[in-house]
Amino acid sequence: MSRHGYEGVALVAPVTVPYRRYSTRDAHWWIARALAALLKDSGLKKDDIDGLGISSFTLGPDTAVGLTQHLGMSLRWLDHVPMGGASGVVCLRRAARAVQAGDAEIVACIAGDTNHVDTFRRTLSTFSRFAQDAVYPYGSGGPNASFAFITDWWMRQYGVGREDFGKLCVAQRRNAMDNPYALLRKPLDLEDYLGARVIAEPLRLFDCVMPCAGADGYLVMTAERAEALGLDSVRVLGAIERHNAFPDDPVQVRGGWALDRDELWAQAGVGASDMDFFQAYDDYPVITLMQIEELGFCPSGEGAAFIREHEFAYDGDCPLNTCGGQLSMGQAGAAGGFLGLVEALRQLLGRPLGKQVAGATHGAVSGFGMINYDRGLCSAAAVLARS
Amino acid sequence: MRARPRLKNPILRTRQPLTPPMPRSRTALGLTAQAAEGRFSLQRCESCGQVQYPPADSCRACLSEELLWTPMSGRGELLAHTTLHHSNDPFYRERLPWRLGLTRLAEGPVVVAHLHRDCPPPPAAARVTAKLDKAGRGVLVALPADELGDMSTDPRHGEFSCDPEHRKVLVTDGKSRVGQALVRELAAAGAAVVWVGQAEPWKKYAGQDAIEKLDQATVVPLDLTDERGVKRIGAEIGGRVDILINNAELHRTQGIAGSAGAELARREMEVNYLGLLRLAQAFGPAMRARGADGGASATAWVNVLSVYALSNYPPQGTYSASKAAALSLSQCLRAEMQDAGIRVVNVFPGPIDEEWNQTLPPPKLAPERLARDIVQGLRDGVEDLFPGDVAKEWLERWKDNPKVLERELALESHTA
Repeated sequence: MSRHGYEGVALVAPVTVPYRRYSTRDAHWWIARALAALLKDSGLKKDDIDGLGISSFTLGPDTAVGLTQHLGMSLRWLDHVPMGGASGVVCLRRAARAVQAGDAEIVACIAGDTNHVDTFRRTLSTFSRFAQDAVYPYGSGGPNASFAFITDWWMRQYGVGREDFGKLCVAQRRNAMDNPYALLRKPLDLEDYLGARVIAEPLRLFDCVMPCAGADGYLVMTAERAEALGLDSVRVLGAIERHNAFPDDPVQVRGGWALDRDELWAQAGVGASDMDFFQAYDDYPVITLMQIEELGFCPSGEGAAFIREHEFAYDGDCPLNTCGGQLSMGQAGAAGGFLGLVEALRQLLGRPLGKQVAGATHGAVSGFGMINYDRGLCSAAAVLARS
Repeated sequence: MRARPRLKNPILRTRQPLTPPMPRSRTALGLTAQAAEGRFSLQRCESCGQVQYPPADSCRACLSEELLWTPMSGRGELLAHTTLHHSNDPFYRERLPWRLGLTRLAEGPVVVAHLHRDCPPPPAAARVTAKLDKAGRGVLVALPADELGDMSTDPRHGEFSCDPEHRKVLVTDGKSRVGQALVRELAAAGAAVVWVGQAEPWKKYAGQDAIEKLDQATVVPLDLTDERGVKRIGAEIGGRVDILINNAELHRTQGIAGSAGAELARREMEVNYLGLLRLAQAFGPAMRARGADGGASATAWVNVLSVYALSNYPPQGTYSASKAAALSLSQCLRAEMQDAGIRVVNVFPGPIDEEWNQTLPPPKLAPERLARDIVQGLRDGVEDLFPGDVAKEWLERWKDNPKVLERELALESHTA
């Protein structure tokens, strides 16, 4: 059976609550600010929203359920998507189907997390049962250690150099320079990147995202409703997700995109070369490279050559993470999994935080999340187009 | 050979002990239980044979719940490595840089492990083993494929072991044959000081001269039934003891019917149970405070119990009961010592070849063998030690079915 398309679904009102390195607020505050921003941006009232999709690591002990009372919302559709970096696209998939089926008319999708001074350490030590049992007691390096293994393997297996990863990070920092919301806007060149202090060999400082607090959100509704409201919107040409793909790979060399990529592009009716930009999940540059290869921007194993032949700033031939990505914006917990999607919507609606990719009509977004033990388990991607 | 630790600067504050993260799921503690006896075992599915890690509650291949902790070969291939220069945990922050490896075991699973300094970079063969870490939790350690057991060449891995070399050790009873063997074995293992406890220092005993001639040996008066005396010695040397080996015991051979009154049983309890309590109160606090005291910090507390602590041996019924009481108290001591990273080692010998076991048939454990096993157990960093064939067999029977063992032992006493 072939997949149903996403006809008639409209994405509107991308919002970001400006990130902060540390916050004394709870996740509830950040999510409430995002909801308020969505209403302000769309001109809707709170009671117009009848569906809510939530992603957050620091909402505990609450889930999306408790939020309905916190936010005073009476809903007929509710979802909690605990998928970290894949949650933006996964929330979109869930909400789009709800809207298509008539289970909800307008779904607010929000990811928000706080970052108290000790939040990150606490999140790491209890991230998953496998992490608690078999990773955190080993040096307590958190994701840095896990991605160091993956990066070490990639560099040896595929001949990727530090300077290749560096080129991606430097381009993203350039994109961030014009984004007032980016927490890291200090100019970065390749020399700075290569000479930064070692965190977990071979990873150095600028390979690692900086934890912060923040929230992002968007609305999903029918195209008719968006038009009636006079809201500019973005269409979903295709979307995929996959969990725990390729469990027998000894080291993670693939997410799950390779399994569904062909169906994604077939559903979208366009190809990777038609994309005006790519918003990849960039907790570490090796994962960006994995997505570039696996979504078909270049053949598998040829990522290093691809990086050397292309330019990745907003004005390059292959604009990547055009707001600076998490590496320059900061990683606001689960909101990091929304950032790429929200930035893609902004680019397609012509209202970027930083620089506009000239003439952008099509874009790809990809998400990756949840290092449960030795690898990220969730992968997702979407192809979007301006209405 | 460990390098001799540098003398500490007495002006500097003694560092407070820290431990690596302790929380584990109940299932994952199975790895700890195996490592406590010196084994590296992982879950193996009894239905389909799949070996899996991290520990889970059902087989990842066939969903069977019949998962048995099964010894691994230890053979592995190092796939990737990293050296942490940053950690989120205070214990590791004091020990950076810290090396880790991702290793594929011959049995299939890929494991994250502490990686020994001398392991060549990947791809390389590695030997994986399970150890108790400073928190007393089982962890995996990857060693160079050709290295045999000794991890002391990587100073960062020294804390997986409680090696007596260069350490100061108290043996609570130097008079018994086991005590004398322990003192000799510790001296040979390179202990810096061995305090030799004597309950009745005015009495001469066979072998005394040889023990006192050892350079490292210093005799101290120590009678575990004398609360004030134990406190006095604790105040005198407690702050310097790195390893305490409590081998003092009173051993009589009687059940209930064969004895009149409770006097002998009370005396056994005075030494075997309350003696341990007095020692723990006199020496425990000072040892806990020195859990991270430089290169030769306080590291281990050894209780020489008896395999009769697991299940009562009726011909030695009151002795068994006193050792069971000591085992229970030792579990309390272990819990109280864990935050300081001090390992409490319980030794469960079978019958030792000494006067109170005169009528028991062989095999009986030679005191020298027991002493060797204890010192090796300290080097290996194990927590439960079953020296000799009788003890190992009892343990197997006890694990298999404690009720069946109880009936078997009742019969043995009947026919004895």
